[in-house]
Amino acid sequence: MIDLYRETAIFLQQLVNGITIGATYGLIAIGYTMVYGIIGMINFAHGEIYMIGAFVAVMTYVVMGMLGVQSVPLALLAMLGVGMVVTAAYGWTVERIAYRPLRRSFRLAPLISAIGMSIALQNYVQITQGARVKPLPPVLPGGIHFLEETGFGVKITWLQIFIWTVTVALMIVFTWVVARTALGRQQRACEQDQLMAALVGVNVDRIISLTFVMGAVLAAVAGLIVTLQYGVVDFHIGFLAGVKAFTAAVLGGIGSLPGAMLGGLLIGLIETFWAAYFSGAYKDVATFGILVLVLLFRPTGLLGRPETEKV
Amino acid sequence: MSARLLKHGAPSPVLVTAIREAALTGLLVVVLAVPFLGLKIENAGNGLLLETRWPAAFIAVGLAMGGRVLLVLGREWWHRPAVFDRFPGTVFLSERPLWGLGMAGILLALFLPLLLPNRYAIDTATTLLIYVMLGWGLNIVVGLAGLLDLGYVAFYAVGAYSYALLSLYFDYSFWLCLPLAGLLAALFGILLGFPVLRLRGDYLAIVTLGFGEIIRVVLTNWNTLTHGSQGISGIPRPSFFGLPFGVAVEGGPVTFSAFFGIAHDPLHRVIFLYYLILVLALGTNAFTLRIRRLPIGRAWEALREDETACRALGLDPTTIKLSAFAIGAMFAGLAGSFFAARQGFVSPESFAFLESAIILAIVVLGGMGSQTGVVVAAFVLVVLPEWFRDFVEYRMFLFGAAMVAVMLWRPQGLLSHRAPTLRLSPGPAPPH
Repeated sequence: MIDLYRETAIFLQQLVNGITIGATYGLIAIGYTMVYGIIGMINFAHGEIYMIGAFVAVMTYVVMGMLGVQSVPLALLAMLGVGMVVTAAYGWTVERIAYRPLRRSFRLAPLISAIGMSIALQNYVQITQGARVKPLPPVLPGGIHFLEETGFGVKITWLQIFIWTVTVALMIVFTWVVARTALGRQQRACEQDQLMAALVGVNVDRIISLTFVMGAVLAAVAGLIVTLQYGVVDFHIGFLAGVKAFTAAVLGGIGSLPGAMLGGLLIGLIETFWAAYFSGAYKDVATFGILVLVLLFRPTGLLGRPETEKV
Repeated sequence: MSARLLKHGAPSPVLVTAIREAALTGLLVVVLAVPFLGLKIENAGNGLLLETRWPAAFIAVGLAMGGRVLLVLGREWWHRPAVFDRFPGTVFLSERPLWGLGMAGILLALFLPLLLPNRYAIDTATTLLIYVMLGWGLNIVVGLAGLLDLGYVAFYAVGAYSYALLSLYFDYSFWLCLPLAGLLAALFGILLGFPVLRLRGDYLAIVTLGFGEIIRVVLTNWNTLTHGSQGISGIPRPSFFGLPFGVAVEGGPVTFSAFFGIAHDPLHRVIFLYYLILVLALGTNAFTLRIRRLPIGRAWEALREDETACRALGLDPTTIKLSAFAIGAMFAGLAGSFFAARQGFVSPESFAFLESAIILAIVVLGGMGSQTGVVVAAFVLVVLPEWFRDFVEYRMFLFGAAMVAVMLWRPQGLLSHRAPTLRLSPGPAPPH
């Protein structure tokens, strides 16, 4: 007989874990979706930016340890801050070197350039940091337990609460930036018509650069989250996370910010539940399978606007 | 940054500009280089230690600043070419002058085993030809039909595993498996293409990428069928139309060397494999060149240029795309089955995303749709890295950097071949 109470506890625990991993996919997906929205290219190197963010988080943690910093909030803030600055620099540089000169060439040129950039960055980190997995001790141990009497118990760690808070706060900030500020208005203008935007005085190159920087900053946060949650980092975590995050962006409707977050959460949940109830080995198959199904019935993604083609 | 300075700048002295830009560049490179070049996280037992390599970071910053100064100074006396010359798509090389080059290439390929009768050279040439064939196959999908396929390696894997599995479980010979592998790969192409080809280009890219990963994950995890990540070894080598290569054994089958009455030489098999892939690759090429002139080939190219116009003319985009997808997949399947036969061993590792990226890079670097370009690009991406084997650690880094560099240098590909279109008002590129 199925112990319904216990099953509920297991289900809730998977939900908690799925939302956490989904938050990282969502944060990375926003970078893809913003860049795609504005210049219509798949920024293949975005996954590597996230990997760089994760490495910088580990590095900052070690430096904090050497400086003798005991305060956990201070360490977290430093990891967040330094990670954002460094990934922003990488995001900006990648765009400047590999994409901007190709802005007006045909569609596949920036994509190939991006794939090359991704391979180069991955190997750059491997050469400079070594191929071994870098482990990190738990920074924020402990959490809230409930439903203990079921024998399974649901646990929400402080870390997960921190992750959700940061993610929600960032979503609010970014929605506000895009919807209400001059920068966001210029971004949306570039998205609609770059030539027109340039004619009314928008510095299109600058806006595109800033879009990459914003995406990179969010990827840094995702990198920090993953580092804290799993405690291990290596140089090829960027590829799969990048692919899944792009899948999330497509799933949610590419170009849509809330869509990216929704897609990320869905992918996180699908993956976690599939691994828990079916098989861990085939969780990626499940993710892509669902993507194909969604695209079949809603080709513009869940929250995407249908695109009308003018002749 | 530089453009802004030039625009606002009343005639600012070059040196001041140079110093200012170098300072900004230096600041940026400090942020870039300190964490990765300057600091290294070292595993120490279960924990981590930090190592410093300040000289490396220092050199990087210095190089970047110096480079920036030279760039600014160089810009002063070296005027950039007019915007027209920098515009891709206005410079054309028709396929006609390349005919001679192609013929010379084919002749060279035919006599290569005589010119360079050593195993290493022929092995490298065989590897090159596998990539050339894959490039030509993908060229049908990407170059002609304009469908962005990021998971082409999946069909290559289907071909390789179909030969491996058919020979393992049913003892089928290579010559029977070769067409079967092509058919199976084409079938997979249709199965995948049918639902997704109605989608816009970029969705197709991500779905094909996902499909490539799915195939790899399944091959890795389906232990009972595919032996998982250990792969399948001992795949029988192809025979010379029924005559096996190898030392003749009393009472054994008649071998190649015995049949022709020549001394046994292990090089025979290598040379035979080389000619086999040469024939397969040239077959792919001939097929493509011919089909481009047939209605279906014309329809592919028309579809690439304007899908809406094609619909208006009564062409059915889904069927046309599906045929390109399936035919491209078929050639990958043939190449895959050759790959399995040549290696005698297949494992999922050989079919990672990187392979798809390399094949796509070959097509795009070659100049989309250009058959000769594929050969040149395959040489650049496959053979040149072979020569850098000594720098094994830096090889993939250089490979990635070279991909970026070639794209920046010639975004239209090494040899571009498109119908001449001259865009007079270079507006921003359309989103897709």
